[in-house]
Amino acid sequence: MLKHVILARFLKNKLAAIGFCLLIIFVLAAIFAPFLSGYGRDTIDLMNIESQPSLRHLFGTDELGRDVFTRLLYGGRISLGIAVSATVLQLLIGVTLGCISGFYGGWIDNAIMRIVDTIMCFPFFVIAITVAALAGPSVWNVILIIGLLQWTGVARIVRAEILSIKQSEFIEAARAMGLNSFEIIINHLLPNTLSPVIVNATLAVAQGILMEAGLSFLGLGVKQPEPSWGNILSAAQSMRVLQYEWWLWIPAGVLVFLSVLSINFVGDGLRDALDPKMNV
Amino acid sequence: MIVLQKYVFRRLIQTIPVLIGISIIVFILVKLQPGDPFSSMMDPNLSQEMKEKMLEQLGYNDPILIQYFKWLMQALQGNLGYSIQFKQPVLNVIGSRLGNTVILSICSMILSILIAIPCGVISATKQFTKTDYIVTVFAFIGLSIPSFFFGMILIKVFSVNLGWLPISGMVTTGVNLTGLSFVIDVAKHMLLPMIVLALMNTASLMRYTRSDMIEILKTDYIRTARSKGVRKRNVIYQHALKNELLTLITVVTMQIPSLLSGALLTETIFVWPGIGRLNYNAVISRDYPLIMGIVMMVAIISLFTNLLADILYAAVDKRIEFD
Repeated sequence: MLKHVILARFLKNKLAAIGFCLLIIFVLAAIFAPFLSGYGRDTIDLMNIESQPSLRHLFGTDELGRDVFTRLLYGGRISLGIAVSATVLQLLIGVTLGCISGFYGGWIDNAIMRIVDTIMCFPFFVIAITVAALAGPSVWNVILIIGLLQWTGVARIVRAEILSIKQSEFIEAARAMGLNSFEIIINHLLPNTLSPVIVNATLAVAQGILMEAGLSFLGLGVKQPEPSWGNILSAAQSMRVLQYEWWLWIPAGVLVFLSVLSINFVGDGLRDALDPKMNV
Repeated sequence: MIVLQKYVFRRLIQTIPVLIGISIIVFILVKLQPGDPFSSMMDPNLSQEMKEKMLEQLGYNDPILIQYFKWLMQALQGNLGYSIQFKQPVLNVIGSRLGNTVILSICSMILSILIAIPCGVISATKQFTKTDYIVTVFAFIGLSIPSFFFGMILIKVFSVNLGWLPISGMVTTGVNLTGLSFVIDVAKHMLLPMIVLALMNTASLMRYTRSDMIEILKTDYIRTARSKGVRKRNVIYQHALKNELLTLITVVTMQIPSLLSGALLTETIFVWPGIGRLNYNAVISRDYPLIMGIVMMVAIISLFTNLLADILYAAVDKRIEFD
């Protein structure tokens, strides 16, 4: 019943519904990349180097004669994959530490919160390019960098939620029934933090896409020949490409923009749909 | 008042472990860097013999914990080492670029305030109308477009295609401008990076202003003012906005760290000679002492702006005293 109400509320938000459809299309296109394009990811067409978009090459070819449309499809796998994996990592760390912090309180809470404060002092790109310079550019390093730097928001939210429901009667009842701390956290506290965590995770995926794009654009994220939307975009650093060869960078930028926009719309829709204070 | 003082005191105490945390993270990064971080702490013009003697003094052979304290002592005295690239103390290199970032950030902050607050207020007062809808969608677009992509489009349109503005840098090279013409030249160079840097903060500030204003307009004192016969416009701009502004100051302060993060990408694509560009160059040329110096300094700036934002918030929100 409740699920229907939430779904109905979500679909009533037109922007969220449109965003959701777009996202599905992007994800399917990334998954079925080999079926949508006749070219291989790194196939080089020496007859067509930096050629304009045509029926043969939908978005033209790059400086090595690779089909840009194909690379965008495969790039979607990497970019979306990184964003989702980094979000899973953030949730694992953030939810665990947030729970411990909120439930146990005292010096444990204090210690975890000071760690959160410390990490939050480092602006993302400043620390990320430093770590990337030390660790080297690769898909896994990008996931680790985003995940390890961005869990603090989730931790704070989970902690605040748990603090606010820890004292309620149903938790006391659970304790009186002899449940141990672990059971109380898993079965009674965590389910109640679900809605803000879902909304936050959605927005974290959007942030992840932007961060991967930024890092790869700077040459410190995903390395060629592996394509990602960010490193395809970095072609625009060449003045010639910027001036004459729009197909090498505009489509990639538009894809990043549209997917982030869609996720933000979905996140906004979810926030309203999951808010218990809203009227049905 | 006493409650506020206690709060400020508690916040200051909390700052100490965070400062230690920052120093530990930077020290770990320093230890992880390839090569030996101690030799970069010395003047590169010293003789080999002198260097070895100083290495011993700086704690090259000490256990890790002692190394940390010795490094910390050096850092506290402002010795963050010598930049490999510039052959100068890191602090001097940072100091020479900091001003440019501050100018760019302040201008973009002013720009985003000038756009965001009026738009947010209009959006809130006309909630659920077409105007509100358009403003909201624009805010979402601002939050979703990658800043460097937006910057590239601006460069392409206004600098390359139309030729109205310079492509990069801070001053036109080769000409020696003074006085007003110099200011105009810098302003021309600054316009695009300023817009790009302002983009994200404008969008979030707009969202914030809107939701805050909606809350304020529901309060009793606004209804009282309205029922006394004060005109709607006066209520909004005199009563509501005054309360709103105090909160917005803290929000703007809170945005400073994200401004520093955004400055890195913006300065890099516009070749603006500030800290962000310096940071990127240091990473590309593997100038580790300089990278660590910048990271440490930026973290400390963020820490103190966060502290300032929290204290401002507590000072402004009088309700805190009654809790």
